[in-house]
Amino acid sequence: MYPPDLKYTRDHEWVKITGSEARVGITDYAQKQLGDIVYLELPEVGRTFEKGDVFGTIESVKAVSELYCPIGGEVTDVNSALVQKPEAVNKSPHESWMIVMKMSDGAAADLLDAAQYSDLTK
Amino acid sequence: MPETPSGTLKKTPLNARHRSLGARMVEFGGWDMPVEYSGIVDEHMAVRTRGGLFDVSHMGQIEVAGRDALAAIQHVTSNDASRLSNGQAQYSALTTTEGTFVDDVLTYRLSNEHFMLVVNASNIIKDFQWITSRIAEIGDAVAVNTSSRYALLALQGPAARDVLQPLTGANLSEIKYYWFTTGEIAGVRGTISRTGYTGEDGFEVFVPPASAERVWDAILLAGRPEGVIPAGLGARDTLRLEAAMRLYGNDIDETSTVLEADLGWIVGWNKPDFIGAEALRRQKQEGIRRKLVGFEVLDRAIARLGHAVYVGDERAGVVTSGTQTPFLKKSIGMAYLPTTYAAPATEFEIDIRGRRARARVVRMPFYKRPRAES
Repeated sequence: MYPPDLKYTRDHEWVKITGSEARVGITDYAQKQLGDIVYLELPEVGRTFEKGDVFGTIESVKAVSELYCPIGGEVTDVNSALVQKPEAVNKSPHESWMIVMKMSDGAAADLLDAAQYSDLTK
Repeated sequence: MPETPSGTLKKTPLNARHRSLGARMVEFGGWDMPVEYSGIVDEHMAVRTRGGLFDVSHMGQIEVAGRDALAAIQHVTSNDASRLSNGQAQYSALTTTEGTFVDDVLTYRLSNEHFMLVVNASNIIKDFQWITSRIAEIGDAVAVNTSSRYALLALQGPAARDVLQPLTGANLSEIKYYWFTTGEIAGVRGTISRTGYTGEDGFEVFVPPASAERVWDAILLAGRPEGVIPAGLGARDTLRLEAAMRLYGNDIDETSTVLEADLGWIVGWNKPDFIGAEALRRQKQEGIRRKLVGFEVLDRAIARLGHAVYVGDERAGVVTSGTQTPFLKKSIGMAYLPTTYAAPATEFEIDIRGRRARARVVRMPFYKRPRAES
């Protein structure tokens, strides 16, 4: 159920890497834990983050959760359509990208593949 | 992410049902409880438009009986229990001498000399000890913690009466709001009460724990054609907030008085003295300094318990409840504000994780059900 072309983190984000570009979202496991998502706060284009930094906030009806950068780099695009319809994260978590980052060198180290992540959430 | 509940938590008689229905379980007041099954929004909407079935067996029951039971209840609770007929219930408070909340309760008059208080799960022991110590001097009245004798199921929503009626010989249309009767439900003897914590019409059913699964299954089966689904504590919280019902531990506690909580209507001003009466009378005369108000957040943000409230640079109060409500689709909440800022339409700000969001005082309840009674 976890797409093999994505990489994953222990904080339940996914990353889709194309060249030096990385799309970031949260996993199906994360959206299930959160429940009905009603609010999403994302950074502005141009911000730079280290791996593990908080890049935004996601809220469900019952809880608030922080979003962590799976990699380091600069934000080059933000999914503002998703901010308007955050409930899409519940419906299709692995298609609901939040930000695009231009990765710094070696930023993709330590990410999990689909099988490893799937084991983690069992 | 929430922790997995541990094995030391108390379980209601319906715990296995919740697990087999795939509920997400959480710790609540020492209990392993379902927070959601199909999702909070789905369950919330089901209760507003059709029906939802809640397991609220974690709630406590404390019974007071004896020739002086009424005097005992009058002494420890704020509302005037002498106005209750047998078979009638009222919202009330166990008050401290300062007029603050030991707990908020429902008082049921079972007979002339027998009352039952339904109390919050996390307060059962505290309430029982409080009541026992406070009524010791009052003639013939004894308190018994009967919490383990009851499973409590709440069927809430516009379809509640039609779903429950075929399962009972009691004529549900004859039970008025905040009245109850004894009878059989799905062949199980129990008490059927027209009460709830959702702002909808509905019934709460007290049955022996050993029969809880049978009643639960029968209600869900009977409700299936009407779209009745199981609902968890998550939806219970968003529903009660839309209906502006206070939550103990959030909106009210031992630091807030009944008047500050804007619940003056549960004070029996004309009844004989009760614990906290003097403090409340004095506060009524002198006026309160702060008051629990309802608000809407005007910016795109959700206020939560503990967020600070500002008027200009002045820290003016604190949010006690807040959520994005599924039915009204608004970001709403309750907060204590100085009475000078408590009038509807007053604007203020809430510090939400370091950012100020604008909010406006609105009248409560946020939601009121369309009345088509009986």
